Amino acid sequence: MEEELKYKLISDFKLLESSLNGEAKSPFHKIRQDAISVFEELGFPVKKLEEWKYTNLSNITKNRFRQFLIPEKINLTFEEVAGFIYPEFEGNIIVLINGHYSVKFSKIVTQKDGVFIGSFSEAREKHNDLIQNYFAKYADYYRNSLTALNTAFAIDGVFIHLEKNVTVDEPLLILNIADSREENLIAQPRNLFILEEGSSILMADDYYTIGDHPFFTNSVTEIILKQNASLEHYKIQNDGSNAYHIGTIQVEQERDSRFSNTTISWGGGLIRNNLNATLNGENSESHFFGLYLLKDKQFVDNHTLVDHAVPNCNSNELYKGLIDDKATGVFNGKIMVRKDAQKTNAYQSNKNILLSENAKINAKPQLEIFADDVKCSHGATSGQLDENSMFYLQSRGISKVEAKILLMNAFSSEVIDSVKIDSLRQHLHNLILKKLGK
Amino acid sequence: MITIKNLQARVEEKEILKGINLQINAGEIHAIMGPNGSGKSTLASVLAGKEGYDVTGGEVTFEGKELLDLDPEERAREGLFLAFQYPVEIPGVSNTNFMKTAVNEVRKAKGEEPYSAGEFLKLLKEKAALVGLNPEYLSRYVNDGFSGGEKKRNEIFQLAMLNPKFSILDETDSGLDIDALKIVADGVNKIRNKHNAFLVITHYQRLLNYIIPDFVHVMYDGRIVKSGGKELALKLEEKGYDWIKELEVTA
Repeated sequence: MEEELKYKLISDFKLLESSLNGEAKSPFHKIRQDAISVFEELGFPVKKLEEWKYTNLSNITKNRFRQFLIPEKINLTFEEVAGFIYPEFEGNIIVLINGHYSVKFSKIVTQKDGVFIGSFSEAREKHNDLIQNYFAKYADYYRNSLTALNTAFAIDGVFIHLEKNVTVDEPLLILNIADSREENLIAQPRNLFILEEGSSILMADDYYTIGDHPFFTNSVTEIILKQNASLEHYKIQNDGSNAYHIGTIQVEQERDSRFSNTTISWGGGLIRNNLNATLNGENSESHFFGLYLLKDKQFVDNHTLVDHAVPNCNSNELYKGLIDDKATGVFNGKIMVRKDAQKTNAYQSNKNILLSENAKINAKPQLEIFADDVKCSHGATSGQLDENSMFYLQSRGISKVEAKILLMNAFSSEVIDSVKIDSLRQHLHNLILKKLGK
Repeated sequence: MITIKNLQARVEEKEILKGINLQINAGEIHAIMGPNGSGKSTLASVLAGKEGYDVTGGEVTFEGKELLDLDPEERAREGLFLAFQYPVEIPGVSNTNFMKTAVNEVRKAKGEEPYSAGEFLKLLKEKAALVGLNPEYLSRYVNDGFSGGEKKRNEIFQLAMLNPKFSILDETDSGLDIDALKIVADGVNKIRNKHNAFLVITHYQRLLNYIIPDFVHVMYDGRIVKSGGKELALKLEEKGYDWIKELEVTA
């Protein structure tokens, strides 16, 4: 079945090619052709590959999907889209429907020189030089077939370019809406964010599904942070149980740059988040936070890699999970400290609470350290809610159910508090109480 | 208010309470003293409904209800309060949110409307002032990073907020210096009235200089071996617990 889907996608690629005119000869399209041949050779990842040991993609590949190639008729109203925006959010809004930038629903309010926040396809016309320099240079499609697949179908997505020393004051909200009301679809948004020296922005990347057909998102985001640039990036996964999400974020960091990501997963049938940062300039720092709230048969795999390539950098990871019913969480966190990366500080922590007997967590911390003067630590725990805390709360008249909610909310707050967009943080705090049954 | 008849309990296979009898009426303060391991804290835990204890005999009636049939939260809603010997730290839950949830759950159980935000805030400030709790601690996480004295003061603050009929203070004086002890005792003295009752469990007499009991009971090896007035505490302080052990042997 997975072969069937593979060849279906390869024929969709031919469909894409037949729709191209002069572009078919462009260097950009050469990369796509290169990528589809890599995908053809590698196919979908299988469980016998170490990096895919816990993630079974057969639930995805058993379906037939059509690659969504051009923006087609979209029956969405402004009211429906507004329903996905956090109350009291003020800032830039980009709406991607099935991976394509919607001019109709997107609203860019930042009016500053040196800022491009817009669609990837538009950027290919206006910033072709930047695309040539940066596109597909960081997310490795030679060794990752799903990155290859995304690269082959790189058509649209979000493109951000901030010129030197530009601070974007208004946060950006990207709404990824999967419309699976009519048929099974694949969306492959391709995002590229280039933050030049000293620039900064805060952004949230949210995922929603409407409709009941299976929907497969395979997204790739390349982020380049030049010297002293700063990016706060939040990924909120609210998809339906029929939605499959494989997302790869590849971050390249120069000197003094700062990257912080918070990934919150509480919707979706199968999720695989690849989050990779390469610390390639001294004194740069990376912070990864994650929270997954899983129930039913949900599956979430957070796969992180922090690559300390140079000395004097800091990284910190905190992933927390509340897993109920027959859901499964995976945390695979790799810290690589290369030979030259002396005085590295790298910390990693993964904490899980299993709320049912059938809930499962696979935690796999990996430290590969080739330098000798470093501070690194990792820890993974899984357990139940603390009995003493439960009794203490109950002894004050709080019911067992309420006590559980208080403790689970407390457990989650540490991650939610890492979010620096006020309206989003407040929204997440309210939402989690709802999710926990209050 | 509470009547304990021939209460027996064990932890795993070990018999700890071997027949406790005690009657406490409204307006009274009782103290239970005794050496380590005599079963004092077990009695407190069994009355509050902590898991892990098997009640093997006897009964406890609290305001006419069978106490031992109730869940811990139901006991609290009926008006029983335990000030913990070791208050639990709960990072992520603010003291204010904790108390708001607790007070409103108790009100709900009584069929009362939850407090409005304004009413609750007023109560919170009033009770914090009553027990001398720095208002800064209200927004902090429950007991998280509190000193021993602050934790115990927070217990008395919770007691003031919930206004229970019957309170058990389990070794509230342990680990406190004399100033902290006075503050805790002062809080209790402000809260006590003719409608409520207290059971003060302590190893040492010094707390009883500040919370004056009406009755003192001496516990040894799972039983109350002697009861008397407040002068009994002084006698214990003077003679030590060996005197009681001899009493047990001859009795």
